[in-house]
Amino acid sequence: MPRHLLSMSDLDAAAIRTILDTATQMHEVQHREVKKIPTLRGRTIINLFFEDSTRTRSSFEIAGKWMSADTINITGKGSATSKGESLRDTVRTIDAMGVDAFVIRHGASGACHQVAGWVDAHVINAGDGTHEHPTQALLDAYTMERRLGSLEGRHVAIVGDLTHSRVLRSNLISLRRLGAAVTLVAPPTLMPSGITSWAHRDGFTVGHDLDAVLGGEGARPVDALMMLRVQKERMSGGYFPTAREYTVGYGLTRDRLARLTDLNPEIVICHPGPMNRGLEISADAADAAQSLVLDQVSAGVAVRMSVLYHLLAGADGGADAAARVPRSAWAGSAA
Amino acid sequence: MCPDTAVPPSSDQTQSSSSESTPATGEGRTVLGAGDISRALRRIAHEILEANKGADGLVLLGIPSRGVPLARRLAAIIAEVEGSAIPVGSLDITMYRDDLRRQPTRAPMPTEIPDSGVDGKVVVLVDDVLYSGRTVRAALDALADHGRPAAVRLAVLVDRGHRELPIRADHVGKNLPTSQSETVRVRLADFDDADSVTITGGVR
Amino acid sequence: MSALLITGARPLGGDAVDVLVRDGVVAEIGSGLDAPSDVERLAADGLTLLPGFVDLHTHLREPGREDAETIATGSAAAAAGGFTAVLAMANTSPVTDTAEAAERVLDLGRAAGLVDVQPVGAVTKALAGEELAELALMHRSRARVSVFSDDGRCVHDARVMRRALEYVRAFGGVVSQHSQDPTLAGSAACCHEGELSGRLGLPGWPAVAESSIIARDAQLARHTGSRVHVAHVSTAEGVEVVRWAKSAGIHLTAEVTPHHLLLTQDRLSGYDPTFKVNPPLRPREDVEVLRAALADGTIDAVATDHAPHARHDKEHAFVDAAFGMLGLETAFAVVHDTMVRSGALDLAGLADRMSLAPARIAGLSDHGRAIEVGAPANLVLVDTDGGHTVDAAASKSLSRNNPWHGMSFTGAVHTTILRGRVTASPEESA
Repeated sequence: MPRHLLSMSDLDAAAIRTILDTATQMHEVQHREVKKIPTLRGRTIINLFFEDSTRTRSSFEIAGKWMSADTINITGKGSATSKGESLRDTVRTIDAMGVDAFVIRHGASGACHQVAGWVDAHVINAGDGTHEHPTQALLDAYTMERRLGSLEGRHVAIVGDLTHSRVLRSNLISLRRLGAAVTLVAPPTLMPSGITSWAHRDGFTVGHDLDAVLGGEGARPVDALMMLRVQKERMSGGYFPTAREYTVGYGLTRDRLARLTDLNPEIVICHPGPMNRGLEISADAADAAQSLVLDQVSAGVAVRMSVLYHLLAGADGGADAAARVPRSAWAGSAA
Repeated sequence: MCPDTAVPPSSDQTQSSSSESTPATGEGRTVLGAGDISRALRRIAHEILEANKGADGLVLLGIPSRGVPLARRLAAIIAEVEGSAIPVGSLDITMYRDDLRRQPTRAPMPTEIPDSGVDGKVVVLVDDVLYSGRTVRAALDALADHGRPAAVRLAVLVDRGHRELPIRADHVGKNLPTSQSETVRVRLADFDDADSVTITGGVR
Repeated sequence: MSALLITGARPLGGDAVDVLVRDGVVAEIGSGLDAPSDVERLAADGLTLLPGFVDLHTHLREPGREDAETIATGSAAAAAGGFTAVLAMANTSPVTDTAEAAERVLDLGRAAGLVDVQPVGAVTKALAGEELAELALMHRSRARVSVFSDDGRCVHDARVMRRALEYVRAFGGVVSQHSQDPTLAGSAACCHEGELSGRLGLPGWPAVAESSIIARDAQLARHTGSRVHVAHVSTAEGVEVVRWAKSAGIHLTAEVTPHHLLLTQDRLSGYDPTFKVNPPLRPREDVEVLRAALADGTIDAVATDHAPHARHDKEHAFVDAAFGMLGLETAFAVVHDTMVRSGALDLAGLADRMSLAPARIAGLSDHGRAIEVGAPANLVLVDTDGGHTVDAAASKSLSRNNPWHGMSFTGAVHTTILRGRVTASPEESA
């Protein structure tokens, strides 16, 4: 296992498989009367959230607590500016207290990578800007596999505001590593930059016509449909003209859901939340039997327990107090 | 999940010369053959029934990995003797080990508690080798998180001595005096080619 | 009365000669020159003699951010890099948008005495892009400002740019434009727009945000009959427009930075803010085009865009960290390796791009002169075999945002001479 989980690319297929398998065991803890195992006793985990996220933060917090770690939540509100404390100072101050792991949510892409270079503790990316959200991708894979079995050879379509989505970027890596075929669907303005060469390099496909991808002639049948959140604020940024136009083109409407389930009753529908009901997903679709939305939330704890276990429990899992001494002298980093 | 190629974490946890550290060379001194193992299990099954005055309230929990098939075999013998099935399951102790920080992380194995649960039952923990006693200590902790048995008993195929905790087995297939530099290896047809217990290494 | 005899130096890499400098002026050139024994001697055997370098684009941070750089420390870094003149950008605090502010920079530069510090004036008041700064008063001041720039920001409003160009034409001024359409590449844009920015999730800075402004400014320069200078052109698309403008006879010049000649966008994959610069590092293909354009003269000059930053301004998340990197001390080594060693330019060509052309664009008559009798002795001795590895800790700059740390180069600056006086030498830096 890598020392940090900064990107899904830190995990090869075998490591992803190990984490998902362990999550199955962790899921069992979730259904016990006494939800507590001693595995991370004496470990301290800091949930350092520079952005609000009730869902992810509480999920990590519960995961840590059920494994007997001490979890402490710190909200680093307000964006860093040249006048505020630098990110490096913020994290090194906490690191100096002797914590074992940082779980970090930050509005800036790459913030977790940078922090990993500054601290002795392990760093787990809980979402960085529009870059990645690896534990979300892991729980998505876990949830889909519980319903569909192995994702090898399955076809997953991901629809929505892809350019601003860290969930997309992590899922692209994990789904491809697990052997799934992936098709991205969005209007061109909501596609990430350079998507054509990216798709060519990483072996996925890109489309702009949702109905053609879902049921067009010769289209590969879709096993899972992942709807990503579209923020209404993007309209003012000129990414699309109106909510209505978006929904007609790319929303999972009641009609689309009906056509889809006619084609494939086994299809599953994911959404990382929070949902804009009526915009990218209709209420009928969100609450349909095919919807995994609540399963995703439930799986979040088990998957995060698994990640914490694999990163923190083993031989080099804790921050080594002895190794900390020379670095805390703040020396030797002129470059 | 059935990672039968993984190193079995069931054996005792001391760093040196536990059964798990030996490559499967097939060499070494065979101390129990397939027939010996079969007879030992049959005897243990009868001991369990005798101590419990029948099969009522019995639950067998194997400690992965090799304790699990041993528990199933014991349950099968008991069912054959008593004429009715008894609950059998598995109890993984990975998350309860006291040496987690001394080794690379290992993937936990399934815990399967029978639907009847463990509350008020007589739980027999089953493992292949009893050595330092740390695995059993971890298993007792793990078991407590699943409920409150009326009693907990311990059945092992081999007791090789060198206890580090005040723990003893209720039912032993064979007491095997060893030195700590020796390695005891249990092979079971479920994972390996055939049933056997061998000793390798050590000063002879 | 002072004199310096340089012996055995090779002007522009040619045959070795001796050069006698007296009273800050080249007095004699020849072989086996004789001089009184009290004349200071500088043995330059094997070294190449070039006109002192001129940097069209330096940020010295004083006044306002003396914790990042001062005019004195920036001057020392410039001298160590072989420069004899630098143009100090206007985006200080306060902004150089008045005659008084410009004279203050000039005077602080003179007091430091290591390079000629020529202030650049702001185009608009406080760099706000709305009202013209006191352009003519700055020009009439002792500082004789003739290069104007809102660098760090683009003069985005076409009407304001048009007026600025018209206005400076009266006294032969030039507007150096930071070509970045802020509607296409906003203030957060920090990664070349393409697959990499898509993968990294960093706000993209598309080439068209540069080329569209260059195209507009070229049209405005033609319309007004004035001169425009393109600061730090960084893309193939930008070069294409520059080439077109020149072929159309428009008075447009362009500069490229050393970092855009060598470093590529891949450096961003680790999110190290040391490599965050504006415009951003570009793909390898752009780097190749920039080198070719510098070689064929489409790009007139190399300018460093030396941008020191205090450590705490760089230690933020990548998108929040300050833009800019050091460049003065390493400029020659980078240009020598990328352009001369590759055969794209000879040493005379390097002297043109790093001294003659920038001096001409900036109107600095004492700099960028041929090495001939009567010319001011603003000179630099370089060792084209001076292999070395850059050590950020050894920099004269106050700042350490040095992307070149640990990189090895084959050429090095040896000695810098400003009006006959040695301003940087190996002994001093050792």
